[in-house]
Amino acid sequence: MNPILIAVFSLGAVGLIAAAVLYIASKKFAVYEDPRIAQVAEVLPQANCGGCGYPGCAGFAAACVKADSLSGKFCPVGGQPVMEKVAAILGQQVEVTEPKVAVVRCNGTCENRPRLTKYEGIQSCAVLASTYSGETGCSYGCLGCGDCEDACQFDAIHVNPVTLIPEVVEDKCTACGACVTACPKDIIELRPKGKKNRRVYVSCVNKDKGAVSNKVCKTSCIGCGKCAKVCPFGAITIENNLAYIDPEICKSCRKCVAVCPTHAITEVNFPPRRVINPAVANNVAAAQQKVAAKKPIEKTEQPLKEAAPKAAENAPKPAPKAAATVAVKPADEVEKKG
Amino acid sequence: MKTFRIGGVHPPQNKLSAGKKIETLALPKQAVFPLSQHIGAPAVAMVKRGDEVKVGTQIAQAGGFVSAAIFSSVSGKVAKIDNVYDASGFRKPAIIINVDGDEWEPTIDRSTDLIQKCDFSAEQIIEKVKAAGMVGMGGACFPTHVKLSPPPGFVAEILIINAVECEPYLTADHQLMLEKAPEIMVGVSLLMKAIHVNKAVIAIENNKPDAIELMSKVAEDFLGIEVLPLQVKYPQGGEKQLIDAVLDRQVAAPPALPISEGAVVQNVGTAFAVYEAVQKNKPLFERVVTVTGKLLPHPSNFLVRMGTPISQLIEAAGGMPEDTSKIIGGGPMMGKALVSAEIPICKGSSGVLLMGDAEAHRNEVQNCIRCGKCVGICPMGLEPYLLGALFEQSNWERLEKEEIMSCIECGSCQFTCPSNRPLLEYCRIGKVTVGGKIRARNAKK
Amino acid sequence: MHGTDSVKKNMYGVLIALLPALLISFYFFGSGAVLTTAVSVLACMFFEWAINTFLLKSKKITLTDGSAVITGVLLAFNVPSTLPIWMIIVGALVAIGVGKMTFGGLGNNLFNPALVGRVFLLISFPVAMTTWPAATNTLLADNQTATEQVDATSAATPLALMKRIVKYQGTITKETQQLAANKDSLKQANLSATSQKKIEKLVRESEATIQTSQAKLITTKAQLPTNLEMLVGQTKGSLGEVSALALLLGLAYMLWKKIITWHIPVSIIGTVFIFAALMHLINPLLFVAPQFHLFSGGLMLGAIFMATDYVSSPMSHKGMLVYGVSIGFLTVVIRLFGAYPEGLSFAILIMNGFTPLINNYFKPRRFGRVVKK
Repeated sequence: MNPILIAVFSLGAVGLIAAAVLYIASKKFAVYEDPRIAQVAEVLPQANCGGCGYPGCAGFAAACVKADSLSGKFCPVGGQPVMEKVAAILGQQVEVTEPKVAVVRCNGTCENRPRLTKYEGIQSCAVLASTYSGETGCSYGCLGCGDCEDACQFDAIHVNPVTLIPEVVEDKCTACGACVTACPKDIIELRPKGKKNRRVYVSCVNKDKGAVSNKVCKTSCIGCGKCAKVCPFGAITIENNLAYIDPEICKSCRKCVAVCPTHAITEVNFPPRRVINPAVANNVAAAQQKVAAKKPIEKTEQPLKEAAPKAAENAPKPAPKAAATVAVKPADEVEKKG
Repeated sequence: MKTFRIGGVHPPQNKLSAGKKIETLALPKQAVFPLSQHIGAPAVAMVKRGDEVKVGTQIAQAGGFVSAAIFSSVSGKVAKIDNVYDASGFRKPAIIINVDGDEWEPTIDRSTDLIQKCDFSAEQIIEKVKAAGMVGMGGACFPTHVKLSPPPGFVAEILIINAVECEPYLTADHQLMLEKAPEIMVGVSLLMKAIHVNKAVIAIENNKPDAIELMSKVAEDFLGIEVLPLQVKYPQGGEKQLIDAVLDRQVAAPPALPISEGAVVQNVGTAFAVYEAVQKNKPLFERVVTVTGKLLPHPSNFLVRMGTPISQLIEAAGGMPEDTSKIIGGGPMMGKALVSAEIPICKGSSGVLLMGDAEAHRNEVQNCIRCGKCVGICPMGLEPYLLGALFEQSNWERLEKEEIMSCIECGSCQFTCPSNRPLLEYCRIGKVTVGGKIRARNAKK
Repeated sequence: MHGTDSVKKNMYGVLIALLPALLISFYFFGSGAVLTTAVSVLACMFFEWAINTFLLKSKKITLTDGSAVITGVLLAFNVPSTLPIWMIIVGALVAIGVGKMTFGGLGNNLFNPALVGRVFLLISFPVAMTTWPAATNTLLADNQTATEQVDATSAATPLALMKRIVKYQGTITKETQQLAANKDSLKQANLSATSQKKIEKLVRESEATIQTSQAKLITTKAQLPTNLEMLVGQTKGSLGEVSALALLLGLAYMLWKKIITWHIPVSIIGTVFIFAALMHLINPLLFVAPQFHLFSGGLMLGAIFMATDYVSSPMSHKGMLVYGVSIGFLTVVIRLFGAYPEGLSFAILIMNGFTPLINNYFKPRRFGRVVKK
């Protein structure tokens, strides 16, 4: 027979047999999967970041379908809209969860925290942390090698090359937690985004005594406790010479920000305070002092003996030579982004 | 001439301070004693702020079996117990003493004549060694009394004295041998007695012919002590490499110990300190340190009281040069860069090395070109390129399988790599992580 | 502390080792060799720079580390000096683009880039790649006959000659056997007239074939270069493969400067020699003497420069020996029994593919495994 025909027939036969075998196998060895898993997986963002705590979006979909209720399950990347879609597919209720964002609790920029040594080894924070205590005198603070930046899948955190502190891009951050795990110093925390994206937090994790920590970083928390005393809601606790603001209790009134002698508390996304002419500021301050002398001051305004000269020292220029007052702060009090 | 059989490199020796007689350094104004100067549990402070101490007063007791006591090297008053930076680069608790005068404990025999006779039993010698806070002076700082007490089932057959000093730049052991040979020999015989052996080998590298000659001559008067010259190759001073060179036997992978081959290895500086501890009741509080570097005006060997800040040693060696870029504690191959010049001298500080930018500068890291040179020179027969790649992938299970725990951190791989890859760092930090996982696993069992 | 070694030092060291072979090739093949080498090197460097800058958009400049130059020189060494320029450029593109950059650049390629380029050219342009020019200069006295000199363009490399010898010898042996069998059958008693005529015709044909084959065999054998000619390089072949002596000088330099170790070259050359000697002992007429294998073709070039490429060869000494022996074995098998006259390029590429497996299973001797004395 014509060899071409032989070839065509034999290969065709092989193909048909293979197709038949595959068809039978796919039917006989099929694994039953709840069709809702595929439906749920479709509405998920497909980032596979693990922020939900499950292995990838497929894992999360399977867990949602298997579970009785959706409580405790939240996709940080998709957020509330996606969870509502999932709830709709499964016919369940979903609770309203507050969106969170990553917050870098360190303000040890090159200006605030002088570098004492230069590290030339493997450029990884984890490796640096195992090698020695860091390029600065603060052994708790940010190391600046960018493990958080490498871990982020959403391009939401970048180490500023001038300050060497990471900065979070709010709009892109999905609070998946990858940077939190990556940071060997536990500096990054997931905190609620807050109303109008405004939040207040202590940008320091230094647990050394105040005198020690302030020597190595200008904006370190010295554990003086003034913030805790001034907080009307009791949101601040001092432990190991370090203040911590509980995000569940904090109402963002910013009284603590104003009173902190080292400016260790950061406020984010608040509008700037009214700009005041320095000359006017001095007059206002003098007037305020007169008023303060007459009226008993609130308990929170009791300056500690040490804090008063320190406050004058640490207040940014041009500073009115006021004792620790809350009301007037000079014009260049800018918002600090974490 | 004998040497170890696998791998090895030949870094330039740079023994700038060779032949410089040991000078006694002046007392510091303040002495700092970190509580962790040895392998094992940190010591526990026995003094508190305000206590008066003399030279040789015990200021900290051992924190466990594998630990060592610490003795004051100065007389004065304890200023405080605080966290200070030590050679590790981290802040650790330390006892800080303000120096006042130079009053010694009366029990210490300060005479300089040689005492050869020893009526102590083996157990008594080990007890005295332990009571003196003795640790290995080669740099590893393993508590000596632990090494001299083999675990049940193991018997020591031979004592090997490590006088190899294979690290470039360092000359402390060399000079000690030239000036204190008889005392070292007595120390060796004391160690032999302590572990019940009648054979000892003092291994010296061939680049120290004067020391070989002198020590051989002095050894003639001692029974069972032989001086063995070895070919110059780094890292001959590594315990396992030395045993391979001297005995032609290789210690198996961890957790096997050198004692499983019947060998006990001690540094020659430890032998000298053992002599002083046993025969002169002098605890461990001073040591010979090499201060060196191409930029330094006078590279020297100093006899230093522990706790002295290295800035004082650098001053005595001619002052810190303008363009100093790195200060290394130890030698250039295995030593670690120090974070400041106020780090105190500890029991394991064998050298202080100053490097300028040209020498210290690290070239850009490039991709591994698979040249295989690191595999050829690794003295433990490992594959550093693979360990580095697995570390970058955080593949801890495979790292353990590739025997990363056998790495002796000698730095030969990083020295050889044409692509400037930081292989030593990969292995060091890989070992810390994998070691932690192994310990966690064993703790669960 | 870091020693003085660097990637550049190793690469430029290899280039210095290639210098003797390069100069000899210029001498023997003249301006053609210079042009081929220059085009190859420039093309390789250009493609590496272009791919890095435009396709990979990488900021690193890897051009100065010398590896592209080496690929260029080695590629040139593997082709005849009369290869058209555009073919060389295509070869360079394949060598650098496919053989090196697709895998991730220096350090990541699985196969030897120059060999990838060469094999691609050989398979795509077999005629151009096997047309060898005559030497433009000679070093030794020329003892070739006039007929061979006329045949200059189609005369073959030593290995091709060898293949022909095998073919002719094979024909002779086969026909001789046939002849004997036919003559025997003629002696049979009751043979028909037609059969007898048929067999007599076959006998005549066999005798004719044997005569022509023997004549061709004699002329072919006369064309074989002497050992000295092959050593020095006065034979037909690609640019770099002809002069074994120059290549051996390069080997000595690289061993002295510790750029490579002896394991791969020695194991390849040793295996080829032993295996070829074995075959020669079994059938000296069919299989040429082992030293012929050593000095002909790209064996020296391949064993010294191509198989020892860092990236594609095993890392441990044990692995290198296994690699070298396998290459040697495969080379002789392809040369003697395969379709191509030159087996080394294919053997090396095959074993390049096995390198990761070899690395996995042939680990270096670990400390502590030695049996006590």
